[in-house]
Amino acid sequence: MIFGKAKILRSHGWQYIPDLYSVTLTEEFRGFPLLSDTEDKSDIERAAAICPTKAITTEPLTLDMGRCLFCGECAKCAPRNIRFTNEHRLAATRREDLVVKVGDPAPKFDMSVVRPEISKYFGRALQLREVSAGGDASIEMELGATGNVNFDFGRYGVGFTASPRHADGLVLTGPISQNMAEALDICYNSIAEPKVLIVCGSEAISGGLYADSPAVDRSFLDKYHVDLWLPGAPTHPLCFIEGVTKLRSTKK
Amino acid sequence: MKLYHITNNTAAAVAIADIPVVDYVELYNDLKERMKDGNYHVAHYFATEISEGLKFYIILLNDANGEVLISSFVPDYYAEGLASLTALHPQFHPFEREIHELYGVPFDSHPWLKPLRFSHDRRNKNSSMDTYPFYTIEGDELHEVNVGPIHAGIIEPGAFRFICSGEQVLHLEIALGYQHRGVEGEMLRENNSLRRVVISESVAGDTAVGHATAYAELIEKLGDKRVDEDLYLERMIGLELERMAMHIADTGALATDIGFQLYQVACEALRTVTINTTQAWCGNRFGKSLIRPFGTNHPLTAAKCELIRKNVADVRRRYAELRRDMLEDPTLLARFEQCGLVPHVEMQRIGGVGQAARASALCRDIRKSHPSGYYATKLSHEPITKQDGDVMSRLMMRLDEVWQSADYILRTLESYQPKGELSAPDYFAPLHADSLSFSLVEGWRGEICHVALTDDKGQIAKYKIKDPSLHNWLGLAIAVRSEGISDFPINNKSFNLSYCGHDL
Ligand code: SF4
Repeated sequence: MIFGKAKILRSHGWQYIPDLYSVTLTEEFRGFPLLSDTEDKSDIERAAAICPTKAITTEPLTLDMGRCLFCGECAKCAPRNIRFTNEHRLAATRREDLVVKVGDPAPKFDMSVVRPEISKYFGRALQLREVSAGGDASIEMELGATGNVNFDFGRYGVGFTASPRHADGLVLTGPISQNMAEALDICYNSIAEPKVLIVCGSEAISGGLYADSPAVDRSFLDKYHVDLWLPGAPTHPLCFIEGVTKLRSTKK
Repeated sequence: MKLYHITNNTAAAVAIADIPVVDYVELYNDLKERMKDGNYHVAHYFATEISEGLKFYIILLNDANGEVLISSFVPDYYAEGLASLTALHPQFHPFEREIHELYGVPFDSHPWLKPLRFSHDRRNKNSSMDTYPFYTIEGDELHEVNVGPIHAGIIEPGAFRFICSGEQVLHLEIALGYQHRGVEGEMLRENNSLRRVVISESVAGDTAVGHATAYAELIEKLGDKRVDEDLYLERMIGLELERMAMHIADTGALATDIGFQLYQVACEALRTVTINTTQAWCGNRFGKSLIRPFGTNHPLTAAKCELIRKNVADVRRRYAELRRDMLEDPTLLARFEQCGLVPHVEMQRIGGVGQAARASALCRDIRKSHPSGYYATKLSHEPITKQDGDVMSRLMMRLDEVWQSADYILRTLESYQPKGELSAPDYFAPLHADSLSFSLVEGWRGEICHVALTDDKGQIAKYKIKDPSLHNWLGLAIAVRSEGISDFPINNKSFNLSYCGHDL
């Protein structure tokens, strides 16, 4: 028995990623999109028409990462106009910064709007309460993965906690189903001030595929200030880790 | 009179005109007897609005010979109500409850006619999540434990109410619906096949490949285009990779709940390798974007085949070490054996499917009974079953199925020469008019069933989705009866059912 366990240990070796901030994902990963204009608009129009979440505008050409599910179909329709890079660091502090315009070279993370108390109070430890309100389970699994043996975000003092009373902030996933709207509100209000609100995943940011569904109720987001927006379907663990790290950093 | 149209899971869509419209009483009498035969179970049963009121469709599966039986009826239900089938065969309960919730159809002598998921378009707007009619038992020695909707971990919401005597659970009732997003309605909002397949991927994000395959197969049955054999092969690899990843995740979750950190972290690492393989193939760790109707944007190349082969072989080797050690560990066995029993007869009565059913010696596996695609032509699948129906059996299912899935992938890739290109997806293919199309796919949790009805112009007019969780949630409630309440977590993990797949 003890030999069996020793064998498992040896087979697995070191699993943690030593530097979480310098990882480059596989070429296939669809992250930050690069946009370029062309005279001929027909490709872009086809892409905008087929996009399942209406994330693309044609005049001028923009792509809203807060709506995008990174399905990649628009890049197939309009390869000259839209190209997805494997840049996974997509976090933004303002909703409008998620809208990518022609020529934007990289995601925008505007430090100037980050509240100074975040680094002051949560710079060393940040415990979060996750609430899934219509999330499809993939994003919840990715958030769970941030604490696993590979990413081990806990080494920087960030983790998830069961009780909102113990939490410093809330991570919202899912388009906010009507049937969860009240529980979400109660949970958020049970967290003591000061607190952070992180909106994780394109479904949570814009409603995604369910933006117009009569079964969702997005009034929660009209009421409260959001500190961090994390696109993706689901958000990659490293996108979450990088965004939260920047949010807590003291460098302005 | 003919009661059913008989077809199978590889045939083209059925013309609605070919489906007999029968008298409900006759159908009821037939089902009363027929469903006593364990080879039959109900795959779907729903109502749809037509000008004369409601038309009901029922789809039965015969596991013994691969037949799919479809029937329909247009009852005068307001006048007399419908005799409930649930009273005889509990496996009908979610379907009758859904029909009742949406349209107010009365079902006579239904023992448990409670709201199913509090759909936004439910008939009775006065019923809400807060007024769910929980079952109660009176008694001085009893207490209730309420859990949820928000749970301790990073998981989806659902409300569990336990009635306990001391530490012992007498009864558990599970109230769901918190995750209801209106999926079936959104499938119809736009006539955009890309949007529909992406919605399918989000029905249950941990089963993205399974549900997207169900959508793709359903649409392909409605079109005339031939689908490349290689596409079926590549879909099989996607499905089996998903099964491996989730079974490994569940193995780790079970280890977590008994405080076994070594197994937990080993499984986390192995799952990472598996889903990163899927990511290296299609760009998404959950296989979103991999499956598309009539084609694919991510055909396998020789290099990708090699990568999959290498990683799957590595995962299989390391998982086998884990498996060997787990089966020898007395503390693990002491927690899992004889805990959370669901006997074969109970599983059968509630219509259980997938690996949870197979753990109770109920051999339900679409890959065997109603295979389609690669499973129908090239791979003769032999399902794994276990006898005891306890947490250990459900763990053993995972331990063995990971091995089996890895084996299918490795064997297939050994001889596969990828062309490196396959036809691109087609989102605009014309569909047969006035037809009913269904698909059955064995996802990692079990039987996924999608059904669509088209109108006279070949547009999709109705779309119904069934995740295997719809059948199996009742299994969890039965498993924890008379167990200590502290054993609930391991029982829950041993089923690992989908909330969003149930709530839609
Ligand atoms: S990748 Fe994003 S923007 Fe492009 S079609 Fe898909 S969802 Fe729309």
